[in-house]
Amino acid sequence: MTAREEILARVRSALHTAPSDPVAAHARLSHTYNRIGKLSREACLELFIDRLVDYDSEILQVTAESEIPQAIAKALQHADEHRALVAPVFPAACLPPGFEFKLDNALPTSEIEGVAAVVTTCEAAVAATGTIILVHDGAQGRRVITLMPDHHICLVHRDQVFELLPEAMTAIAGRTTKPITTISGPSATSDIEMTRIRGVHGPRRLTVILYG
Amino acid sequence: MSVIVGKTSQAPDFPIAAKSALKNDQLRRNVAHATNVIRNKRALRVEEMPDWEDLRQAGSDIKAHTLAHLDHYLEEFARNCELAGGKVHWARDADEANSIAINLIRHYGGTEPGLEVIKVKTMTSDEVQMNHALEAAGIKPIETDLADMIVQLGHDEPSHIVVPALHKNRVEIRDIFRKQMGLPELTEQPEDLTNAARHYLRDRFLRAKIGISGANFAIAATGSVGVVESEGNGRMCVTLPEVLITLIGIEKVLPTFADLEVILQTLPRSATGERMNPYNSIWTGVTPGDGPQAFHVILLDNGRTRLLEDEIERETLACIRCGACLNACPVYRETGGHAYGSIYSGPIGAILSPQLQSLEHSRSLPFASTLCGACYEVCPVKINIPEVLIHLRGRVVREDQKTLGGKLSAENIAMQTVATVFQDHRRYEAAQRLARIGQTIFKRDGQLTNLPGMAGGWTRSRDLRPIPKQSFRDWWKARDKNGEETREKKAEERA
Ligand code: SF4
Repeated sequence: MTAREEILARVRSALHTAPSDPVAAHARLSHTYNRIGKLSREACLELFIDRLVDYDSEILQVTAESEIPQAIAKALQHADEHRALVAPVFPAACLPPGFEFKLDNALPTSEIEGVAAVVTTCEAAVAATGTIILVHDGAQGRRVITLMPDHHICLVHRDQVFELLPEAMTAIAGRTTKPITTISGPSATSDIEMTRIRGVHGPRRLTVILYG
Repeated sequence: MSVIVGKTSQAPDFPIAAKSALKNDQLRRNVAHATNVIRNKRALRVEEMPDWEDLRQAGSDIKAHTLAHLDHYLEEFARNCELAGGKVHWARDADEANSIAINLIRHYGGTEPGLEVIKVKTMTSDEVQMNHALEAAGIKPIETDLADMIVQLGHDEPSHIVVPALHKNRVEIRDIFRKQMGLPELTEQPEDLTNAARHYLRDRFLRAKIGISGANFAIAATGSVGVVESEGNGRMCVTLPEVLITLIGIEKVLPTFADLEVILQTLPRSATGERMNPYNSIWTGVTPGDGPQAFHVILLDNGRTRLLEDEIERETLACIRCGACLNACPVYRETGGHAYGSIYSGPIGAILSPQLQSLEHSRSLPFASTLCGACYEVCPVKINIPEVLIHLRGRVVREDQKTLGGKLSAENIAMQTVATVFQDHRRYEAAQRLARIGQTIFKRDGQLTNLPGMAGGWTRSRDLRPIPKQSFRDWWKARDKNGEETREKKAEERA
């Protein structure tokens, strides 16, 4: 017997199950927890901002899409950075002049290392937990470019912000063929005497640009 | 098949290990501080959730459902993972898991000795002692989680399932880093220590060809796998190497992507008291052009299928390794994790380790609890740990009674005698009279303070009230004899 057959046989004999219908049984599980938010749009966005601040993220708010380049410029200047990575399909119209944007055409890590910032869009965001969700596709970039730079600048459309995690998970459920990363504030550790230290291996700085 | 759970087979019994842990004041201070901080943060983050109990129930329901149909979900996961470009291996026990990993590393990395592989925190790999197996094969595993680095560089053992180095304070960590990283000037500021770890690992992340990870969940319907973490070392390990090997206990599978919405709400709040941990990575097989281009999953049994048979024991497999029960446990909070002799410590360790090993090792662990129920109250998937503990205590005692040594043990003879005496009230009363005479020499200030033999375990830390001169039954009988008289007398008095 192969290990696979043996493990499955052990599971079957342990469960003594008569033929059952897992799909139907799964559908019958009750979900009494909150799956749909109750807050107004403004309150939801306020909560999102509040949570981001709580995680030491920076927030820049703009209304018109035409203001995005300025916001990106500001985020880079704050961190004293001149170069940033972007996915090749990132809309060029959103990028400010006066900075060098390096397109990630399957760059090797040696060329990614040393670029201090990255600018991406996102797939969805969660207000209750201050989380942004990346589905690594298109302008959201490959995983590696969102990970190695020290500063991640992420564009979040206000319509992408859900109040609760289940709402956001439902919105991205069809996209699991691509890698997914959820980000809640900058990289951090509490491993030394439970003191929260910002920035270990992931980006030490997270700037969210809220637009739309 | 031989089930190995860390180094439990060589570990001393809990009462012995606990005694020496209790003498280590520094350790107790470190453990008390860390568990207090997490407990308070957890309480805060749980309190703000109006639907917390509903989430616990949902988590418990999802896990119970999955375990009841585990064969179905394992096959579904394996099929979908392979459709997406992953390769699934099955391992009956620790040795099999390790040899699969070693063969894969050799296949992709060659046989040159000292080959480095990067690892992200995986309790399951500690369970199968993978680092030892790799080192024995000439492969150099590099732990990348800050706490795991502290444990690895300090030649130590993890003492907590979420914060493995919580028994070390900043000065102790500084000393380990100074020595092992060659940084004699390093200060004990947590920022400096964290920075040292970042620099130490940066090159290693970039040059490693092979990464090894654990997984917090595997999704049957999509074939996806996920890692929950804070530092970004997890993202590094699952993104940068060309080859990724992920070791997953078979109980980690979940039916659908939607089920994650429950676990991802309860796990971070329970584990670190955060609304959400900084990073979750979820990936499905191989994505061309993004991340490792070869992905292998090792599905590990190592005793887990045994727990499925009994419904009380099966509950143990619902554990999502949040560590909340450790932080809440009055025993763990005093002794820390090492006394358990198992990488799974605290209340969950006390039920998981002995069961995985068919009670061959860690037999004293089911007794390492006061049954206060704090663990059950905080458990995000509602595992009734006290119930499982009592069940296991019963199993240990019944098994002991079957062996010759057990039959002849003083405790068993005493218990059998007690059982015989209790069966008949005449025997019971005779025994009581005897004991009343016998106890006189152990009485001090009207209390029993120093009983001999087994009973000594009780009186070492508590006094016992002596058996009174007259028992209730004796008094009742005496009263019956002159009952009439007494009643008349009472009636007179009242009149
Ligand atoms: S038993 Fe429950 S509380 Fe303890 S680690 Fe597992 S999930 Fe967490």
